[in-house]
Amino acid sequence: MATKGPMQDPIVDPMIDPRTGEYAVIAPGHNFKSVTQKIAGIVLTSNTPLGWFFGLIVGAGVALGVVIGCTWLFLKGTGIWGVTIPGAWGFAIINFVWWIGIGHAGTLISAILLLFKQTWRNSINRFAEAMTIFAVVCAGTFPLIHVGRPWLAYWLFPYPNTMNVWPQFRSPLAWDVFAVSTYASISIIFWYIGMIPDFGTLRDRATMPAAKYFYGMLSLGWRGSTRHWIRYESASLLLAGLSTPLVLSVHTVISFDFAVAALAGWHTTIFPPYFVAGAVYSGFAMVLTLAIPIRKFYHMEDLVTLRHLDNMAKVMLATGSIVAYGYGMEVFMAWFSASHWEFFMMWNRMFGPMGWAYWILILTNIAIPLTTLWSRKLRVNVTFLFILSLIVNTGMWFERFVIVVTSLYREYLPSSWGTYRATKWDYMIYVGTMGLFTFLFFLFVRFLPMIPMSEIRMMLPQTKVTRGGPDAETVSKETV
Amino acid sequence: MPAREGTYGLLAEFNTPSELVHATEQARHAGYRRMECYTPYPVEEAAEALHFHKTRVPMVCLIGGLMGVTTAFLMETWINVWAYPLNIAGRPLFSWPAFIIPAYEWTILFAGFSAALGMIALNGLPQLYHPVFNAPNFRNGATTDKFFLCIEAVDPKFSLAETRTFLEQFPAVSVVEVDH
Repeated sequence: MATKGPMQDPIVDPMIDPRTGEYAVIAPGHNFKSVTQKIAGIVLTSNTPLGWFFGLIVGAGVALGVVIGCTWLFLKGTGIWGVTIPGAWGFAIINFVWWIGIGHAGTLISAILLLFKQTWRNSINRFAEAMTIFAVVCAGTFPLIHVGRPWLAYWLFPYPNTMNVWPQFRSPLAWDVFAVSTYASISIIFWYIGMIPDFGTLRDRATMPAAKYFYGMLSLGWRGSTRHWIRYESASLLLAGLSTPLVLSVHTVISFDFAVAALAGWHTTIFPPYFVAGAVYSGFAMVLTLAIPIRKFYHMEDLVTLRHLDNMAKVMLATGSIVAYGYGMEVFMAWFSASHWEFFMMWNRMFGPMGWAYWILILTNIAIPLTTLWSRKLRVNVTFLFILSLIVNTGMWFERFVIVVTSLYREYLPSSWGTYRATKWDYMIYVGTMGLFTFLFFLFVRFLPMIPMSEIRMMLPQTKVTRGGPDAETVSKETV
Repeated sequence: MPAREGTYGLLAEFNTPSELVHATEQARHAGYRRMECYTPYPVEEAAEALHFHKTRVPMVCLIGGLMGVTTAFLMETWINVWAYPLNIAGRPLFSWPAFIIPAYEWTILFAGFSAALGMIALNGLPQLYHPVFNAPNFRNGATTDKFFLCIEAVDPKFSLAETRTFLEQFPAVSVVEVDH
């Protein structure tokens, strides 16, 4: 068909940058005031959308699962769970690793992409960090309630006590305490430091005295002084530089919980990189799961654009490929090691009684995402990405399930073989943490600025400083 | 200690960062030193115009990190070698490779807190009251979309009339006197 009707003319999308053909990171036409009003308006409005209340109540209702489940657990003990010998690590560890992994994308976005000067990250930075913190809250719950006597969980920390008992620092479980507590602390301080200038904005734009007081206290009296900004930028960069090795070390240490044990399927050196890649993979999937409904609900399509979704999908494609390589290497090493135990473990993982879990994992983590994400059309298809993000999160949960369960329930001695079956309490607490996460996230989007206003202002074209006064010859920022 | 009464300084409001940077450069050129810019996002050119380059935040962060690694490593060694020696499958009590991991985490923990709290402390925050907040136009703009230059009264060259005339030669939206 050679005829060119008006239908076939390329439709000029204002969101597409004509120079690069890419979607813009921020919609044209915004200025300092409009982005501030848009983001601050969500927090300072007196008209809370009804949908917000609905989401908060649903989240709180589901979170009751944690409350009820933990109450019964504390009364009865861990016997109410499906954990038993040989499958002594069940849902608690699976969920812990899954949630911590989800958190990692937040730190990747806030720290690593900052160091690489990927300015597109600015719009998704804040809620990815919030996601990190809430995921760590959910993750941290599991080891605490898994210790059996959670009221004594503080024994994990080195502190002088009348028993004269101290932790044993050659154990990966002691490393875990340090890694996860440091991760939680640094994530919270990085998140808070990032919000200080925005709290200043909210303080100055608030009309309600209570809001002025609340944000005023949180802003620490921020006034945007240039000397303050320079120290602030320096501290942000340092925190990003520190968070980068931190985020890589946290999932490495978690993989040591497995890799240090002399168990077929766990005792491998590929675990650290493959755990970190898997963490980032599931984390980006979770950012998409959150970002897509939020940008729709709050009409944020001009700040969280298709460019962001496209870029995140690309990161998922890259990390997903690393994960696929990890799976491939596991199978290869099971054969190449010529270890009877490794070979049996892999055969059992694929075709044993829990083989279905392995094939769900391959389907959801590898087969579906790594075939579709190559297409740009699909990467900018919002509905597809949302469904895919749910699929990948399911897949990553199954990855942890396969690693934990199928290595444990077939021991070296066939006489000690067993099985693993989760109980309703396992499911209740697991689903409950999803409710807790949702609940915390809804509180966050309502009361804290979910997009960093000061960083968005830096991305606007108006920030360009011309030298020699407005009338003199203009010298662009880049050439100075 | 500067006087806590009377005039704090003169505050000029600008619409664009270029105007602010130009005015600051000229003020510096004219001999003013005790001045500060207030912007809704970091304007590096303004810091250059103020000749403010070096911050001590990285040094604070480094000291914190060194303290973290030392504290953690010495603590682990003391605990596992002297305070509570445990024979785990005959491995040496001083298992330094294993001690590196918690020491690494505490390096980051201490360095991160030092950078964050050091930045807040060097900035003199929290400081909920500051004279510039008294300016009627400051809070509506400084954290949203306006750019301010404040020449402080403690500057030896400061004179209410002359400095006002000096600031008014720039395309400032307004020049207001700020009281303590």
